[in-house]
Amino acid sequence: MLELKNVSFSVDDAGQGKEIIRNIDLKIPDGRLVVVTGPNGGGKSTLARLIAGIETPDEGSIIFNGRDITAESVTERARMGIAFAFQQPVRFKGINVFDLIRIAAGRQLSVSDACEYLSSVGLCARDYIEREVNASLSGGELKRIEIATVLARGAKLSIFDEPEAGIDLWSFRNLIGVFRRMRETTKDSSILIISHQERILQIADEIIVISEGRVKSQGEASKVFPGLVGTASAQKTCPKAEPCGTEV
Amino acid sequence: MLGLNDIQQRILREVADLHTVPVGAYNIRANGRSVGRQSTENIEIIPKTDVSGLEIRIKPGTRNESVHIPVVLSESGLSEVVYNDFYIGEGADVVIVAGCGIDNCGTHDSRHDGIHRFFVGANAKVKYVEKHYGSGTGSGKRILNPVTEVYLEQGGYAEMEMVQIEGVDDTERTTKAELASGAKLIVRERLMTHGSQRAISAYKVALNGEGSSADVVSRSVAKDDSYQKFDATLYGNSVCRGHSECDSIIMDNGRILAVPALEANCVDAELVHEAAIGKIAGEQITKLMTLGLTEKEAEEQIINGFLR
Repeated sequence: MLELKNVSFSVDDAGQGKEIIRNIDLKIPDGRLVVVTGPNGGGKSTLARLIAGIETPDEGSIIFNGRDITAESVTERARMGIAFAFQQPVRFKGINVFDLIRIAAGRQLSVSDACEYLSSVGLCARDYIEREVNASLSGGELKRIEIATVLARGAKLSIFDEPEAGIDLWSFRNLIGVFRRMRETTKDSSILIISHQERILQIADEIIVISEGRVKSQGEASKVFPGLVGTASAQKTCPKAEPCGTEV
Repeated sequence: MLGLNDIQQRILREVADLHTVPVGAYNIRANGRSVGRQSTENIEIIPKTDVSGLEIRIKPGTRNESVHIPVVLSESGLSEVVYNDFYIGEGADVVIVAGCGIDNCGTHDSRHDGIHRFFVGANAKVKYVEKHYGSGTGSGKRILNPVTEVYLEQGGYAEMEMVQIEGVDDTERTTKAELASGAKLIVRERLMTHGSQRAISAYKVALNGEGSSADVVSRSVAKDDSYQKFDATLYGNSVCRGHSECDSIIMDNGRILAVPALEANCVDAELVHEAAIGKIAGEQITKLMTLGLTEKEAEEQIINGFLR
């Protein structure tokens, strides 16, 4: 269970403090798939980064499984079971896909173990396992590898920051399948997805709407989702593809 | 092995990955003298009579054979210049493993200058692996100044992997290559300096023949107060393609000067150079920290990958 208590965060904007997150209180129980949506610039990604420890709140506290982790480092939070998929995956020179998955798993991995994770994000493992995680990979490939590293973590709380950003339509459909499988196979873990894609909102157990740094609404997806349809908080992937979009 | 002591055997493992006497042709040099040598039917190793060094003659058509010529210095204050010439016969395909390790526990400087010349015959192929390494706690410096000259005849191919990761206090590496038509040169250099070490690496590659090509890539890391200079010039003297790249990470007070240069003397020469120097990107460290590594572990992982 993750709990945010009165969390605020601001950045320096030309000498002035600009509030990005304002006194947020929220709970993410175990075994839930929670999607955070809201308009662009509303503070969704910042919220995810605060939970992962990449940013530190000015005020408030973050409690994870009963422990106050507000002052803990990114590493410590990762070791406690928080995984984070970046909106824009990081590129490396020399580090290959296998290295990254092995580090993510935190144990000795066979190539076939690593391949399992790659296959589940729709990448042919044989073609990718030795590839460097560098600019030779496309945005979509990097994004899928990023998601594979989170799967390899097998974390208590997996956070995905706009997983659909930069991904092609075909991959997007598969992504929904990945989240569904994660949801089914890891019943005691929670998944937190930052996204305003309608298709992702549709698979949520719970939806949190964040706007102007505050929680605007929060509740069971079945209750919150209908009010979001047609707004910037629930966007269609591709208007043309949507009517015939089949689930994978 | 061959009467070598523990330190010498450790250095041999570091520079040439040798745990036992190698298969094929070899010459193992320790503290200024040969402690083991073997020629094969196709590869002849002949000691020079005028200067210190070897002549290595590889018969035309020799395939899938290797030559190991590692050098170990474990006596403080030893200084030597060694001239090794490799004649790789037409159509041969061989691997040459060199490498030099110095262990200096004394107060005097130890120095090895290896002058290697490669005469690569028509359509011959050679892979050259050279690893330099230093160890020891003495105040005496460990100095290596390798000179490598490569002469590629028509259709010749040379792939050179040159690595210096640890413990060499001062180095001036000079590499010169001349390529005839259709010849190809690939260089992969890896350098890491720390403490107050200094490393200079200079390349002069002349693409003389029609259709010749060269790809010179150096990756380096300068830590602490160390200094590096990468100075590579490609000369396009014909219809040719040349690419040089220097990609460096600086840390602490490390300093790097990259001087990539191109000289096109033919209108059909295609030459490209790239040079980049910078510290480790913060987001790379953050990403690895989100996977559970500490900042220091993340840094090591990034550098190990970069210098792989």
